[in-house]
Amino acid sequence: MIPTGFTYHRASSLKEALDLLNTHDDAKLLAGGHSLIPALKLRLNQPAHLIDISRLDDLKGIKEEGGALVIGAGVTHGEIAHSDLIKEKVAMLAEAADLIGDVQVRNMGTIGGSLAHADPAADWPALMLAAEAEITVLGPKGSRSISAEDFFTGFYETALGEDEVLTSIRIPIPPAGTSTSYQKFMQPASRFAIVGCAAMITRTNGTCDRVRVALTGVADKAYRAKGIEDALTGKAYDTGNIEAAVSSAAEGVDVMSDHFASEEYRSHLARVYARKALSAAS
Amino acid sequence: MTFIGKSVKRVEDQRFLTGKGRYTDDIVLPGMTYAYILRSPYAHAKIVSIDTSKAEAMDGVVKIFTGKDIAAAGINGVPCGWQVNFKNGDTMKEPPHPLLVADKARYAGDGVAMIIAESKEAARDAADMVDVEYEELDAVTNAADAVADGKPLVHDDAPNNMCFDWELGNPIDEVNAAMSAADHITSLEFTNQRVIPNAMEPRAAIGQYEDHSGKYTLHTTSQNPHLTRLLMCAFVLGVPEHKVRVVAPDVGGGFGSKIFHYAEEALVIWASKQLNRPVKWTSDRSEAFLTDAHGRDHISKAEMGFDKDGNILALRVKTHANLGAYLSTFAPCVPTWLHGTLLQGLYTTPKINVDVTGVFTHTTPVDAYRGAGRPEATYLLERLLDKAALEMKRDPAELRLQNFIPAFDGVEEEGYMTQVALQYDSGNYHGVLERALEMVGYEDFRKEQAAAREEGRLLGIGFSTYIEACGIAPSAVVGALGARAGLYESAQVRVQPTGKVSVYSGSHSHGQGHETTFAQVVADKLGIPLEDVEIVHGDSEAVAFGMGTYGSRSLAVGGSAIVRSIEKVLEKGAQIAAHKLEANPEDLEYAGGKWTVKGTDKSVAFGDVALTAYVPHDYPQGLEPGMDFSSFYDPANFTYPFGAHIAIVEVDKDTGKVSLKRFIAVDDVGNVINPMIVDGQIHGGLAQGIGQALFEGAIYDEYGQLTNGSYMDYTMPRADDLPSFEVDRQVTPCPHNPLGVKGAGEAGCIGSTPAVVNAVMDALAPFGIKDLEMPMTPERVWRTMNS
Repeated sequence: MIPTGFTYHRASSLKEALDLLNTHDDAKLLAGGHSLIPALKLRLNQPAHLIDISRLDDLKGIKEEGGALVIGAGVTHGEIAHSDLIKEKVAMLAEAADLIGDVQVRNMGTIGGSLAHADPAADWPALMLAAEAEITVLGPKGSRSISAEDFFTGFYETALGEDEVLTSIRIPIPPAGTSTSYQKFMQPASRFAIVGCAAMITRTNGTCDRVRVALTGVADKAYRAKGIEDALTGKAYDTGNIEAAVSSAAEGVDVMSDHFASEEYRSHLARVYARKALSAAS
Repeated sequence: MTFIGKSVKRVEDQRFLTGKGRYTDDIVLPGMTYAYILRSPYAHAKIVSIDTSKAEAMDGVVKIFTGKDIAAAGINGVPCGWQVNFKNGDTMKEPPHPLLVADKARYAGDGVAMIIAESKEAARDAADMVDVEYEELDAVTNAADAVADGKPLVHDDAPNNMCFDWELGNPIDEVNAAMSAADHITSLEFTNQRVIPNAMEPRAAIGQYEDHSGKYTLHTTSQNPHLTRLLMCAFVLGVPEHKVRVVAPDVGGGFGSKIFHYAEEALVIWASKQLNRPVKWTSDRSEAFLTDAHGRDHISKAEMGFDKDGNILALRVKTHANLGAYLSTFAPCVPTWLHGTLLQGLYTTPKINVDVTGVFTHTTPVDAYRGAGRPEATYLLERLLDKAALEMKRDPAELRLQNFIPAFDGVEEEGYMTQVALQYDSGNYHGVLERALEMVGYEDFRKEQAAAREEGRLLGIGFSTYIEACGIAPSAVVGALGARAGLYESAQVRVQPTGKVSVYSGSHSHGQGHETTFAQVVADKLGIPLEDVEIVHGDSEAVAFGMGTYGSRSLAVGGSAIVRSIEKVLEKGAQIAAHKLEANPEDLEYAGGKWTVKGTDKSVAFGDVALTAYVPHDYPQGLEPGMDFSSFYDPANFTYPFGAHIAIVEVDKDTGKVSLKRFIAVDDVGNVINPMIVDGQIHGGLAQGIGQALFEGAIYDEYGQLTNGSYMDYTMPRADDLPSFEVDRQVTPCPHNPLGVKGAGEAGCIGSTPAVVNAVMDALAPFGIKDLEMPMTPERVWRTMNS
């Protein structure tokens, strides 16, 4: 449980962090450290340089701006769980944050760190997909925005460049009449998601106008369950329609299998948790 | 002043809760070096070659020792402390257990080389540069498979991987005959899965050698420092005991895993002499998963025969016990004398035969883990009882009450002689179950369950009524059963000239709160303030001898030794007091911290008598000065705590997830010194037993790799998995020790596991499901419901 040696840099500004990242070949950014530090201790990751960005004010803060919530990459899970603004605008984000790890993890771990790490069982990717978030990153050539759909590219893989820093997440505030929910079946040891489902439904007079459903923990990366979305859009929001729609929850993806959930059981849980999330978003 | 029976707050908590505890890894000695043990990544592999040259050339590396160096130094392996013979009288197979292996690795985690460096970082980095060439061999991990012909052998001289076979109870012919006469036979084939102890503090050891005196000091995370010294000195290193001090300072939990003498302890002591510098080794968590002795791992077939009225007629048990790759200190004893002997349970079963095969496999050694053998016996019996009740359409509580041994106090009524070598001390088994039924509101629950089933909800109730053997043990008895040590305890009570009292106990506290409980006993018996008593333990230089803490023995054996020494103090004190009061000792009574001449107001205080003993100017003729007494207490029998546990669960039909709704525990641990500490022990034990039922279990793959050796993968029970426990007590004093205590450390862990499993089975009864393996994970339950 002893990492290999590394040089520690504490960046005093975002610019300095970027400069350090681009000066050193074998560097990793350190935010909350709740994925990186265990990986270092197990020597699964052996970077020569660690650039600590956990104290950068530029990465902090949750605000409403131009019809969207803007969450700094350095905002902790705990801050999201307790944010009244988030609870009011996109409740599922706060709901999900409260289900991450334990109190210590929530107080240290950050949303940006989790997204950049892209653990296939992390909670945030499903929420970003369902909320159609835009992920803002800063690189040597300036800032760019990546849609959540394009951001997660594979198993622990993202569209974030090696020379870029994830700076904030922009989440469009959903229209009136929208309800959200995140439901999670936890892996009992790690408390990551065996299956996590984020659902967002906009309704008019009991009919689903717009449905967004995304799942995490099921496949090598989180994904939008477009089959469910299409099946429910334009339909009445009722138990029968939900039940019928969720049958496709694990279709079209390679479902993972491990000690805690075989492929068959995980696929079943995907349907159960899609149903739970859609039912809870009432 | 009375302290016995009071929930006195733990005196050690000030230290622990403010971070002032001093654990082995906190100790830094001048000139200290740091050791890292390089371990085999393979479960079974020939070591073709080891090249340490690159590693040795690295900065900060002091020395690297391999298995060959250890063998060349003529160091024996780690010994086993208990011998179990084959049925035919042959001695068990006891293959060498080298400190570091030179020829072959026999489990993933077997030590191959010790890297010693100026820092732990340098040692760890150098380990990556040691080049070991292995030739991987086939491995076997399952005890029932390992005995088949043609399986890979763990040790060449143990054919079919058998360490011993063993039986106990009535002759098998008699049991078979009783079974043939049965109207109903319930049978069960199951695995009591392997669990990993997970003490909060990982193991650590520091070896220190002084060349000027030839003396060694070992600081170690041990439940059992004196025995570690004895085994290490006499059997491993051949160093004289008076030249070795073993200190087990604050120790953060053990659950059995720190009873044993481990290779690393002998390695750091030996290496400290080679280098003439202190050597510290500290396990990391991954290493703890791989190398702390594991627990349980039985594969059993059990059958219980009943007559038409539901009376138990016979019990027949066949068990394959996985011992792992080598014999850990008490490994052979656990599945035999701590398991087979408890198969009488609380029942009047007239014929019992248990047959156990001890098996080597390419896995981490298995030894005592909280409960050690008794949870295995209890699980087997209590699953059988609930399953039999289901099959015979009997109420599981009633079936138990019908078959219980009637109450006996062990004083007026004799102790109960079992079919499996033990004589129970005292018991009132109906009492605990009746109380538990009252607490749970049994009839109301059955109504609630029926209503829930109507709604499609799966509620279940499960019972477990257990007995265990604690306070190990009369030395002569365990000697006859194969123990290679005595199992008494020592205590020295030193009254200081000012009347303050220091107690040196051979028990070892690593979470149990002895500094409080033992002090309560002393303060109570002497009638002095609690803060006038200091409990010293864990240092072989301070304490005469000790057999350590495990098997819920500390109060029953160690506490009794303290009482014996207090009796000696009071006897001498009475002589001094009589002299001072110009009375006969027999005319005095001792109460409230003073001796009083009966029927008068003439008295002398404890402190005055103590001072007189050390300033003996005016003193009884012929009496030695001083007031310092030692006792070695060897118990007359084991103690037999018992209890009734009831679990209520709900199973989620959608996911198979089990939620524990209520847990009722009524335990009878004899007299209670500190109810709060006993409750704490019960609560912790319950959590651990529930953990085995629902969450925990080592998973080895076909190559012998432990695939869930981390907290990301191995599920420990957490607070939010558990309900608020409902605990109560019954008190049936132990008739044969001076405190009337039986022991409370393991009770919770022994009783709770089958209660939870039985509750899940009851919840699943509508599906016709009668058996399900532990841990009862959501997928396992879901599959069963959907198969």
